Amino acid sequence: MKNGFLVFLISLVALGGSWCGFVLAPVSQLGADKQTTILNSSDPYPIGRPGEANQGLQVYRANGCAACHTEQVQQSGVACDVILTDNGKNPSAVYQACGASGMVREYRAWPVRLPITVVQGVNKESADDAVDKITTAGGKAEIHIIATGSDIARGWGRRHSVAEDYLYDSPVQLGSLRIGQDLADVGARLPDANWQLIHLYAPQSMVPGSAMPPFRYLFQVRKIGPVPSPDALNLPKEFAPPSGYEVVPTAQARELAAYLLSLRADVPLRDAPFTQPLAVSKP
Amino acid sequence: MSVNNTTNPSTTEIDRSCCVPLLALFGGAALWLVVGSVFGLIASIKFHAPDFLANCAWLTYGRLQPAADDALLYGFCLPAGLGVALWLLARISLTPLRGAIIPVVAANLWHLGVLAGLIGIVIGDSTGFVWLEFPRGGSVPIFFAYLLLALWGMMIFAGRRERALYPSQWFLVAALFWFPWIYSTANLFLLTGPVRGVVQAVIGWWFANNLLVVWTGLVGLGAAFYFLPKLSGRPLQSHYLALFAFWTFILFATWCGIPSGAPVPAWMPTLSAAATALLIVPLLAVGLVGWRTVWGAVRSNWDNGPFCFIGTGLDCFCLAGLMLMAMGCPKISPVTQFTWFGPAETQLRLYGFFAMTMFGAAYYLLPRVVGIEFPFSKLMRVHYWISLAGIALFVVPLAIGGIVQGLKLQDPNVAFADSTKAMLPFLRVSTTGLLFILLGNLLFFVNVIGLTFLWKITLLKKFLAFVKSPLEPGSADASLRHDQEVQA
Repeated sequence: MKNGFLVFLISLVALGGSWCGFVLAPVSQLGADKQTTILNSSDPYPIGRPGEANQGLQVYRANGCAACHTEQVQQSGVACDVILTDNGKNPSAVYQACGASGMVREYRAWPVRLPITVVQGVNKESADDAVDKITTAGGKAEIHIIATGSDIARGWGRRHSVAEDYLYDSPVQLGSLRIGQDLADVGARLPDANWQLIHLYAPQSMVPGSAMPPFRYLFQVRKIGPVPSPDALNLPKEFAPPSGYEVVPTAQARELAAYLLSLRADVPLRDAPFTQPLAVSKP
Repeated sequence: MSVNNTTNPSTTEIDRSCCVPLLALFGGAALWLVVGSVFGLIASIKFHAPDFLANCAWLTYGRLQPAADDALLYGFCLPAGLGVALWLLARISLTPLRGAIIPVVAANLWHLGVLAGLIGIVIGDSTGFVWLEFPRGGSVPIFFAYLLLALWGMMIFAGRRERALYPSQWFLVAALFWFPWIYSTANLFLLTGPVRGVVQAVIGWWFANNLLVVWTGLVGLGAAFYFLPKLSGRPLQSHYLALFAFWTFILFATWCGIPSGAPVPAWMPTLSAAATALLIVPLLAVGLVGWRTVWGAVRSNWDNGPFCFIGTGLDCFCLAGLMLMAMGCPKISPVTQFTWFGPAETQLRLYGFFAMTMFGAAYYLLPRVVGIEFPFSKLMRVHYWISLAGIALFVVPLAIGGIVQGLKLQDPNVAFADSTKAMLPFLRVSTTGLLFILLGNLLFFVNVIGLTFLWKITLLKKFLAFVKSPLEPGSADASLRHDQEVQA
């Protein structure tokens, strides 16, 4: 069989090579991935989604939400701030150390109220360098890491998404098109289940001009019984049903909302560090 | 060529042997083509009126758009590609297709699988993996149908009379075994026994790339390298360059598809980006083969419908390849990622390159295998120009709009809603493009179905003539006598 076997062999090598590279290797590298821990803590990450949210993932899949939404935050890099927390016994030396690093010249009235940011937006090496100098002078300082990039600046997340974020999801739906906003951290950004439900029923009522289609079929419009349903949506007038009727979310809608609220990527990890603000605001 | 002409079947005989399987493959394919473009058009209208058909769960954007994509890919591209591959292998191998009943059954099984898959998607049974949305009811039938068709292709190939291979055979034989491998891998690793976490996404990208870029590339180029020389009356320039394109294409293109910035270990996007950059080598080779083959051919060839389709297809292949390289370049990808640039590239590849090549091939081969001219063969030219306009109106605005959208997404001072609003004028033009594409598809559908109808009428006429013809007196005796003579 002249050449015929060769065709087969070459195809086998080419496809087999990429199969080993992008199927076998990822499976062996990541397939056995386990929980990791949150940076500077012993809490495990991620914890599986609660049952209702897990069912919501299937509603998300069935309705093809990933056609318009991504679930991956990206960042361009990190910027570090150095925060002076303690002047030590020799404030002027610390002041000089800060000055030597090319910072706070404007703080004439030294000492100032601490803590204070003495270096802003530098890379990790320069930040470490500054901390070293301050420590040598007898002061104390710490580094705050802030992720940078347009996604972060839009408030779509505190850090970029990493492989661990999807550990318990099946199917993993990263999405490839941003017709709508990124949802990787939507649970932290919009933590109100009611807002989510109203937005699903009538997106334009919450986001005027939104291109999102309404998902009215996940809701039930029904006559108000003797007792109005406690779950009924509190809709703005022009989106509300005729009087005497109420809009009640179906189980699917509630599950989808629970899933959206469970989408959070707001804890620092070894692969994606950032510093939590001192006072973490609770939703 | 060292071919023993006395034992070779005539081309007509080879053509006719493919008739029924090809009609079965192309008939269903033409139907899904129209269904897919209707779905796509409805989905596209939703950008301008989000409320349009919003109360029906079946018709929500997130179900309709994947259904439209899959109807084009699995409904049209794959069966049409298989049909063309079977015919090409038979023609080049000088071997008629035997046992046509099995490919016919397989073709019908395929189309049933697509029906089940599309229904699965619109009722919310999609798997959630891009380009692999068919639930089990769809994926199992199409997998086995493919195996059967590929087996028949391999049998034709193995029984070839000319042992030395023509470049098209390389491409087509590779394609035959490509799909079963990638489709079974994707289904086993993602659905039967799902791997954990983000590996799912990696395997999904690997599969989609190997199907959309490599498989379509293999079949489309295999067809183009046969038809362009044939229709332009010049030999392929040259066999060695075509083989070089084949080798480099399957070596590099198989590694593309992992987007940079994906939440996976960095080596994967890096490797993928490197392979995407190297795609320039097979792209140049393909462009050179096409250009040198067609250049200097008689100008009147451009009046030839199939030639226009396939020539345009090859241009679109090179353009789509350049767009793919742009998306893979780490300097450009931050702008193009998550924008309409990607869908524009996909549509250019699937419709501009692959479907156009298949149209050209079908317009050439279907009348030959059936033995009847297309009923509306004048519409071929109209189809060409409408489809070309449709591709331009769809791809150009979305590619430009994608860049505009990407630049706005990159700038955090621009509100997100503005990036969506900026797309609207572009989307409006692209919806018009989809309308043109739908019209072109309808013309193709009318011609293919009309041809099938004519073929059935001829069959019916033959049957009636056979029934009506009076039995020759003593004909049975005559044949008996004839047999005895032969034995003697």
